[in-house]
Amino acid sequence: MTDTAAGTRVAGPGGETAAAVIETRGLTKRYRGGRPAVDGLDLRVPGGSVFGFLGPNGSGKTTTIRMLLGLIDPSAGTARVLGSPMPAAARTVLPHVGALIEGPAPYGFLTGRDNLVRYDSADAAADPRTRRARVDRALERVGLAAAAGKKAKAYSLGMKQRLGLAAALLQPRRLLVLDEPTNGLDPQGMREIRSLIRELAAEGTTVFLSSHLLDEIEQVCTHAAVMARGRLLVQGPVADLAAGARGRLAVTTPDPGAAARILGEHGATGLLTDGDRVSADAPPGGVELADLNAALVRGGVRVRSFGVERASLEDAFVALTGEGFDVAG
Amino acid sequence: MSQAESVAAAPRVPRRALWTLGILRSELTMTLRRGRTLALLAVLAAVPVLVGIAVRIETGDGSGPGGGGGPAFLAQITNNGLFLVFAALSATLPVFLPMAVGVVAGDSVAGEASGGTLRYLLVAPAGRTRLLVAKYASVLVFCLVATAVVAVSALAVGAALFPVGEVTTISGTRIGFGEGLLRAGLIAVVVAASLTGFAALGLFVSTLTDSGIAAMAATVGVLITVQILDTMPQLEGIHPYLFPHYWLSFTDLLRDPVRWDEIVGNLGLQAVYAAVFGSAAWARFTTRDITV
Repeated sequence: MTDTAAGTRVAGPGGETAAAVIETRGLTKRYRGGRPAVDGLDLRVPGGSVFGFLGPNGSGKTTTIRMLLGLIDPSAGTARVLGSPMPAAARTVLPHVGALIEGPAPYGFLTGRDNLVRYDSADAAADPRTRRARVDRALERVGLAAAAGKKAKAYSLGMKQRLGLAAALLQPRRLLVLDEPTNGLDPQGMREIRSLIRELAAEGTTVFLSSHLLDEIEQVCTHAAVMARGRLLVQGPVADLAAGARGRLAVTTPDPGAAARILGEHGATGLLTDGDRVSADAPPGGVELADLNAALVRGGVRVRSFGVERASLEDAFVALTGEGFDVAG
Repeated sequence: MSQAESVAAAPRVPRRALWTLGILRSELTMTLRRGRTLALLAVLAAVPVLVGIAVRIETGDGSGPGGGGGPAFLAQITNNGLFLVFAALSATLPVFLPMAVGVVAGDSVAGEASGGTLRYLLVAPAGRTRLLVAKYASVLVFCLVATAVVAVSALAVGAALFPVGEVTTISGTRIGFGEGLLRAGLIAVVVAASLTGFAALGLFVSTLTDSGIAAMAATVGVLITVQILDTMPQLEGIHPYLFPHYWLSFTDLLRDPVRWDEIVGNLGLQAVYAAVFGSAAWARFTTRDITV
């Protein structure tokens, strides 16, 4: 478990201690001989993490998820989930994995409850004697108990999404693979699902979460990986990823000209002036920020606000891919 | 999947033989409770009603059923309502029954794919072979139910509109009503079994596409094409290998003694079709990428 990062940059030293729940080596998928949809992926998801899987549309996230779940055969490379090879061990692995893949797909002519009964009876490892109780518990957990008797075709997208999540929670799972779980939910619903994810993670379930919402990943994930054009760009703890991009020193002042001059004299780089806001690359760790502020005030600059803005995951993403987030790879 | 593949690192899952049947029960209730299936069965049940009423009206003016046209056994219905069962099965077997089976079989896998539910069944995990077997089994049950619906409806209409009693066999001998009823039941089973080869073909088509409608249309299209080929004298050489060629051999069960050779030939042909297209469906379904 030491050379897991071969071929990829690991943002930091963390995340290599816990046993891997998902581990791929050179995982590749090529459709009909074209450009690979997934190219030599070496992914490592530590046990107990909430792992954010990021990338623009068409970057290979879904193909990767489908290979991990045994729906697609890799063209090359291997994937291990919960320690067993996929897709060979699908029968023994998948009962421990709950999944939401590319949106929910309920049977419209069945009620919410009957949908869950249907999916549960598809699992040969599910005990029929506890089925009803487990279905009710799952419905309750996603806040769908009141609508359980309604036909799924009458559900809103958000309700269908909740039903899909309930299907993933029919059994206690060791791994949850959630593809865009908050899609179609209103802000309140998003908050509920995020707190559910945190709750599940606290119970020890590893959550593999794909999303295009960077702030969502930042809010709930401990680790993240970024894909673009079928390749893994980076993976590691979220804090390390964000730290990879430098923060910005920002000063708000009615005297931007003087402020920029003084900051420049103190060695600040990447100076930008935008109205009453002057920003620069965060100074290296040795510089005492209070001294900089004192220098500004001494120089007659009236400072309204002063501080370092922490780099967001989005800054890190843009720095990595050199492109906006919504550009398809 | 062999036992050897269950790697020690993966936690053991308790497997009970009976639990694995849950998917079969789920398939059956899903198939038989669907509005579409019920509509198909209602149409099938209506055929004997229409035939019975038509024959009744036709004979009501004392002229007797005209000529020898139409399905077999039509002329005997007025003397014995039980013959409505044979007439209705003869009338529905070439088109209505296989079309209903084609719809259910064609939709079985492709319908799940187009609804997006296939991926969730497979990660449940249903197991590809297990899911396919459950699908085929439920299509076979549908064959039996559909045939039984025609037979029971015909029996009810026949008994209500016409006298019932001793049955005159094709060979000219007479058998009791009880034995006639028994033979009617046997005929229904043979008719249902006649559809198993076509059902496997429909299942195979269903694994080829992600569109339920396309699979249903293609399956019914194959049926019609083969039926046309079966009527072309120029193609006589291939007729014995076409799945509908011996379908109407079930009438041999109404001979005294029963002539089994064509019936057995028919069932053998269906078994070959089921084996060939069942294997093809399995080979396709267990190796394909599920991208929907």
